[in-house]
Order: sequence, then structure tokens, then C-alpha cells
Amino acid sequence: MPSPRYHREIPQRYRLEAAKCKECGRMSFPPRRVCSNCGAREFEMTKLSDHGKILTYTTIRVAPKDFENQVPYNVAIVESENGVRVTTQVVDCKPEDLEIGKRVKFVFRKLYSEGHTGIICYGYKAVLI
Amino acid sequence: MREVAVVGCGMTKFGELWSQSLRDIFVEAALKAIDDAHVDHIDSMYVGSMTPGLFIGQEHIGALMADYLGTASIPAVRVESACCSGGMAMRLGYFEIASGHSEIILVGGVEKMTDGADVTYALATAADQEYEVYHGITFPGLYAMIAKAHMYKYGTTRKQLAMVSVKNHHNGAFNPNAQFPGEVTVEQVINATMVADPLTVLDSSPVSDGAACVILASMDAASKLQIPLIKVLGSGAATDTFALHAREDITALKAVQLSAKAAYEMAKVMPTDINFAEVHDCFSIAEICIIEELGFTDKGKGGSFTEQGRTALEGPIPVNPSGGLKSKGHPVGATGVAQIVETVEQLRGAAGKRQVKNARIGLTQNMGGSGASSVVHIFALQK
Ligand SMILES: [Zn+2]
Repeated sequence: MPSPRYHREIPQRYRLEAAKCKECGRMSFPPRRVCSNCGAREFEMTKLSDHGKILTYTTIRVAPKDFENQVPYNVAIVESENGVRVTTQVVDCKPEDLEIGKRVKFVFRKLYSEGHTGIICYGYKAVLI
Repeated sequence: MREVAVVGCGMTKFGELWSQSLRDIFVEAALKAIDDAHVDHIDSMYVGSMTPGLFIGQEHIGALMADYLGTASIPAVRVESACCSGGMAMRLGYFEIASGHSEIILVGGVEKMTDGADVTYALATAADQEYEVYHGITFPGLYAMIAKAHMYKYGTTRKQLAMVSVKNHHNGAFNPNAQFPGEVTVEQVINATMVADPLTVLDSSPVSDGAACVILASMDAASKLQIPLIKVLGSGAATDTFALHAREDITALKAVQLSAKAAYEMAKVMPTDINFAEVHDCFSIAEICIIEELGFTDKGKGGSFTEQGRTALEGPIPVNPSGGLKSKGHPVGATGVAQIVETVEQLRGAAGKRQVKNARIGLTQNMGGSGASSVVHIFALQK
């Protein structure tokens, strides 16, 4: 991934920065220019709660090239305590440990690296609590 | 708006067509459609294709195909909406005739997926690169998460998922253009190589090359051709949140529901009026969710509806008589047009051993990504 593209997402990937609609309170992650709930365009910056629960999940056994060395790995849709949903890996556990409804916490981790000389890509992952 | 008819159709066999190029397969399907319609010219052309740039490094294929079809000079454009590029091309072509701008046009779809490109990467571009794909999710993974949620919420079983593949392979066994016409059993589906739990390789549509084309005409132009006319009764399209995780209900395909509603209203028909449907079974769970959204059964009942044989070739509402994406193959951009080719053959009573009895009204449903876009068309034999 070219570095400007990577750099632009750092506030979300490293710090879970989100935008909260000043009109209706809906949180957008990543931030948007137009609220998907009410259409308003005024936001204040906030952060996702780093706690949430699993809404659904899978275990990836056939992976894209950058993730081939990680199989099998778990991916889930997690709802943070302030209602925002994200796709994220769930790590430090076995596939059979996952269940819908289980509580998780976001942690900062390496996601993958781009070959031998490319950048190392970081971001959030979830762990069971 | 004017009424529009499908007056010709043609497709290549779907599969690993290593001896043919992207342009070869498109022209093959286009000539079959033109010859089937007995037309001597086309006014313009829409070509559905998801990502020829990533699959074979070729863009600008509207002009390329017009040239190789011997029609350079007509307007020709590629249409893209991920896996429903073909269905969306049909919708644009429909409006070009309906608006009165053109009399006879060609709508095609084509994809060349087996020339050596990184297919997983290319297909993943239909999901959110920054917030889904970045985290290692794949398309089978997205549909697997829909399946898990559907099983949890509605009690859908592993066996019911498998029954979709068993049914579609049974139908595809009668389709000479199918990539994988062989029958499969429930046990084979469940015990096949796991791709993303709970989906195995036999819950998943294959990687394919292929092309499909139809000729559309105004009723005026169509009635001069001495052929059975298939009238377009309705067209509907819709979108949903791009990322799967942003949906209020992960088991709901809202774009499918909305596109169907628009098509039903335009056609002035109800789900119970539909005699058969070609739907976007890219994964087994997708067909279960889609038949719910199309109103063939209640929300949450798609699994048991399938298990009871209601969507079988002999059932009350046959779904995917062609074999669907699962058995027929899924050259992504061609799929939406191939669904229409099957529907035309069924309505003409020309579908051979997979012929649906009393096929008078047929529906096609084509979907992009994890359901962020969907397009539905309804067709009837003109008496
Ligand atoms: Zn708002």
C-alpha cells in the first residue's frame, strides 16, 4: 500500500478516532462528511470504546497473499460499547473459543507486513475478555 | 416509457477457457445472440465486467468489444457494479430502449478470471479495502459471517446450507454450458475443504471464464422479427451500506429487498406470481437470504424452505434451474446476463431437461459485493 494511503488511516487504525454527529449523535467510524443517519454535516471528534462484543465471526482458512502465513485466523464483526461495528481479527484464542455475544477488548497489533522491504501494517485487533 | 423485449440470447460455456481470450469469448456470445435474434445491426452496446484491469490488465473494453464484433462506430461502454455488473448493464440497456433513444441494442457480460491473476485479491476489491480487506477478511469470510449470524438468529442448519449446493448441482447437471455439472451430496458439501467456517469449497461458486449476451429491442422493432418475444416487465436496483459490518441486521440483504420491491411494483406482480428465479448464489447462504428478501418465503425460513424442496426444479418456485453460480460457474461480469439467457430459454420452453413446467414469468437477481448493490429484472413471454 503506498504510504500516503496508509498514513491517512492512522488516526482510525492506531487510535480508534471516530466522528459523532452533532445533530443526532450517531457515531461514524471511519469519520464521514455526511451523517448516514440524519444527513447532517457537523461532527465532533471522539473515540470508539475499546470494549465490545462479537456479533458474528468466522475462521479464515484460505487467505489473501499478505495473510497466508497467519492461517487459520479468526475474523469477527464486533460492536463497540458505543454502538459502532467494525470488522476485526480476534486473536490470542482458538477458533472454538469464539461465540456470538462474547465480550472483547481492542488491542494495538501488527496486522501484516508487505514483503521484505514494504511497510509494516498496524491496527486494532480484538482479544476475548 | 416504451415497452422492451429480449429478442435474442447467447452464451459461451462457462469454465477454464484457456484457448480463448477475453475478446474471443465475448464475440462468441455476442454472435450467438445476434444470430438468435436475426438482427442485421445493433445501435449500441453495454458490456458488464467487474475488473478486466485486474484479471488481464485490459480496460476500455466497451470499445474493444465493439471493434472485434465488427461494429466499431457504435456507442459502447463498460458497466461496473462488482458481481452485478452484468445485471446493471441490462438495466442501462433497458432504459436506453425504453427512453426511445435506440431500437435494437446488445447487452453483454464477460469476465476472464483464469489467466493467472490473483483472483482473491481482485474479488476483494468489491469489499472495503481500508476497513474490511485490511483486516484479512475474504469474500467467503464475509458470507461465512452472514451464515453464522443466520444460523444463530434463525436456527438455520449446516445441512440446509448444503442443500442449496446439492439442488443447484442437480439442476446444473442438465446444463450443457455448466462448468461443474456433476451432482454432489450433502455429506460431500459438509466434508469438503473448509474455506471460512462454516462454508466449504462446495458452498462456494467457482472461478470461471465466460461471456453472455442478449439483444434488446423496442416492441416496434421486435414485432418485425419472426421470433417469440420475451417482454421486460420490471427493473429494480438498490444499494446498501458498503461494509457488511455497518448493517443493522447482518442477516438482511436490504438492497435485494429494495431492488425486488421496485421491480415487482414496476411489473405489477407479486412474489407469488413468479414461476421461477435465477438468483445470485455466490455462496450457499446467499441463496437462502435472497429467497427470503425476494418474498418467496418469510425472513429466517430460507433454510427450511430449501430443505423442503420448495425451490427444487419440480417445486412450487424453482430457484436457479440453470445450476446457478455454484454449478454453472461465476465469471463475475457475465453472471447477471447469463441469468437472463437462462430466463429467456425457460420462457421459450427451450431449456431441455431442466425446463421449468408452466414457466410464464421469470425473475433474475444479481448482486455485488456482500450485498452493497443488487439488481432485479422480471420477464414474461409475450402472448
Ligand atoms: Zn446525524
